[in-house]
Formats: sequence, structure tokens, C-alpha cells
Amino acid sequence: MGFKENCFKKSLWVFHLSAGSCNNCDIEILDLLTPRYDVERFGMKLVGSVRHADVLLVTGIVTKKTLPRVLEVYEQAPKPIVVIAVGACPCTGGIFASGYNFAGPLDKVIPVDAYIPGCPPKPEAMLAGVVKLLNKK
Amino acid sequence: MGKEIFYFLVFPGLIFSGVIGGILSWIDRKITARVQFRQGPPFFQPLYDFVKLLAKETIIPSRGSATTFVLAPVFALFGASISAVFILLPILGVETGFAGDLIVIIYLLNIPSLTFIIGALASGNPLAAVGASREMKLILSYEVPFLLVLISIIIKAGMTINLAEIIEYQAANGAFIGSLSGIIGFITIIMCIQAKLGLVPFDMAEGEGEICDGVIIESSGSILAMFKLTKYIMLFILPALITGLFMSGLSFVGINILWSILKIFAVLLLITLIRNTNPRVRIKQAMKFFWVWMNLFAIISIILAIFGL
Repeated sequence: MGFKENCFKKSLWVFHLSAGSCNNCDIEILDLLTPRYDVERFGMKLVGSVRHADVLLVTGIVTKKTLPRVLEVYEQAPKPIVVIAVGACPCTGGIFASGYNFAGPLDKVIPVDAYIPGCPPKPEAMLAGVVKLLNKK
Repeated sequence: MGKEIFYFLVFPGLIFSGVIGGILSWIDRKITARVQFRQGPPFFQPLYDFVKLLAKETIIPSRGSATTFVLAPVFALFGASISAVFILLPILGVETGFAGDLIVIIYLLNIPSLTFIIGALASGNPLAAVGASREMKLILSYEVPFLLVLISIIIKAGMTINLAEIIEYQAANGAFIGSLSGIIGFITIIMCIQAKLGLVPFDMAEGEGEICDGVIIESSGSILAMFKLTKYIMLFILPALITGLFMSGLSFVGINILWSILKIFAVLLLITLIRNTNPRVRIKQAMKFFWVWMNLFAIISIILAIFGL
């Protein structure tokens, strides 16, 4: 493992993209920043612009309306970028899988590196998912 | 010639102030975390961030001017490094500088802010333009009280505009922060530094919540890394300038090392605590704050300095 990869793993800047979520997973993601979980001790932080991001955190089903936006945000991100699908909706579609405006699970749209299922997933589950992804690489 | 290049690139310039500034930015983040009852990032976090940003892809926005966009962070880094040289050489007592170097420092300290504005406007992003306009108004606000406080210091030091002579005067007659006009000037200049560094409550140029990092919204990869390094250097040299102007400078001889570190830490702690205990103000409120209250404070400081208080 080189020094550059080590630096990448130690400083993940997260851009949070809500593709069409019910806001439940988004609030659980914000829980990770609270003193109880404190992801800053691993060097992770939320950034406001996708140009600064290393991780694209997608919540919610990809609807027909948000599909071009998700693609555009993914193209705007500087590579290498890690895509994580948080919640049941971007992983499979969840309870909205047979909806009229469902445009397919996230991995049909952009390549996904990690899936964190749950409705919503617990903050511990999200941390465990990120740790597994970083150990795999 | 070789000595000047060494000054610029290694000792008080780019590498030295970059490393110290990185350490200070870690301390800043750590204090912030402890204030919020969190644990905070590890010690090498600024290094990890910087190397990671260098290794990432740099995207040039299709709308906007590519040359200006790429050159802006280079000039920002240049301005920060050269002002580090001019500030730190007299303050550390390596060289005495020349008559009037305080005026050169005032001009050089503006280069990073100006290049941030130019880079933001060259990126062609509307949110960056909003951030640039706010940064411009902020410069107009904090420059006047900053200059007035410097005038009060010049009057107190017996009409000298040489940073080394100001430090010598303090070494002979006691630090300026011990006097009444010095305390008022110190309060004013801390607020100006807060705005110059772009920290809360004056971080409206890069408000994360509303305009998504504002002036640096389109920067990625190496360009963002250079902007970060500029901010690290500014986080070191501005507290160093305050210690030079109010607390008789720094020194690396014997027990003075401890005093120097304590002075820098005290200023940094003050800045960090202000940043952690205040909400962001609107640009209108910031301009009113600087133009009415800080100018008033600075003028009172000048009047007291004329009467020798």
C-alpha cells in the first residue's frame, strides 16, 4: 500500500447527494457528525461542493426526474471517486421498486463501490460499511 | 541571490511556514473538536488532506477562463509565501528588513484575498461570483480599521514604519499590549485577522451551507491543494504579525522558544474560540460592524496613542 493510497483513505471528503429520498437516511448521515460518532477523527468531513469530494454518498431512489442530475454530479466529481449507496432505496429500490417514476437501482446508473442497506441504516452500519470498503481496496 | 531563494522557498517562506501552518490548522481543528465534545482529527490530518488533493484529478470548468483559473492559486501561494518572508524575517530576528517594510507587508497580505476573488470569477460559477462579491466587500470593510490600528502602532513606536524597529522599541519600552491603546488596538486587529482568514463569524465568502464553499466551489485537486496551503500559511503569519506588532516578536534563543510558542498559541486560541462561539453574520452586518464599531475602536486607539497612553 503506497503513501498516496494511505492518504486517500485517511482523508475522505464526503459529498451527500439526495437523489429522491424521504430524508430519513439523510438525518442518519448527519448523526455521524455528532459527538457520539464523530467521523472527523477518521478524517472524514462533509463538503459543500462535489469538486472537493472523494466519496459520493447517494440516498433515495433514483427517479426519472433526478436521473440526469445524478449522472451530471457523478461526471463533475474529480476521479478517483468512491460511490456509496446508503439505504434500501438506492441499493434495490426498496418499497418504491414498482413505482411509476422509478428509474432503476443506483448501480444501473453509475458504478457503485459499497451498498449499505437498511431503512434507514444505523450510523454504526454506515461506519462498518465504509471500513469494509477501505479494507478491501 | 541564492540566499533570497532560500528565504523564499525554505526557511521563513514556503516550506517552513507551510509546515508550521499545517500544525496550527490541526491545533485549530482539534480545539474546535474539543469545544464540541468531540475527539478531533489525527495529527497528520493536514498532510493527508494536502497529499490526497495533490493526487486527485484537477478539473478545469468549461465555462470561464482556464489560464486565470489555474494561475490564481499559484499567485495566492506566491503572495502568502512572500509576505511570510517579509513578516517572519524581522519577527524572528534573522534580518532587520528595510525602512517602510510594514507598507509592503500591507500590500502583500492582500494578494491572497485578491487572487481568491480572481480565481472565483474566472471559474464562471454563479455561486463563486456571489462568494467573490462578498469577499470584495469584506476586504473593503476590514482594511480601513487594519490600517488605522497600524497607524496607532506607528505613533506609539515613535513614527517608524520598520517592523524590526517597532519590535526593538517594544523590547526596550515594554510590549504595546500592556497599554490602554494597545489593548483596544489588539481587539480591533483580532477581528480584522478573523475576517482576513475567512473564519466564522466572517466566513460568508465561503459559507458552506448557503453558497457551497463560495470562492473555491469549482477548485479541485491541485488547485484546491494550493488554496489550502495558502490558508495554512496565512494561519501562521497573521498571528505572527500580531505578536510582532503587540507582543515584541518571536525569538528562537534559549527559553524564549517557549515564550514564542505560547504567544502564537494564545493568539490562535483566541481566534479559534471566537470562531467556535459565534454564528456567521450577514455581509451587511459585517460591514456595519467594521465600518462603525471597529473604526471607532481604532480611532480611539490612535487618540490614546497620541496622548501616550
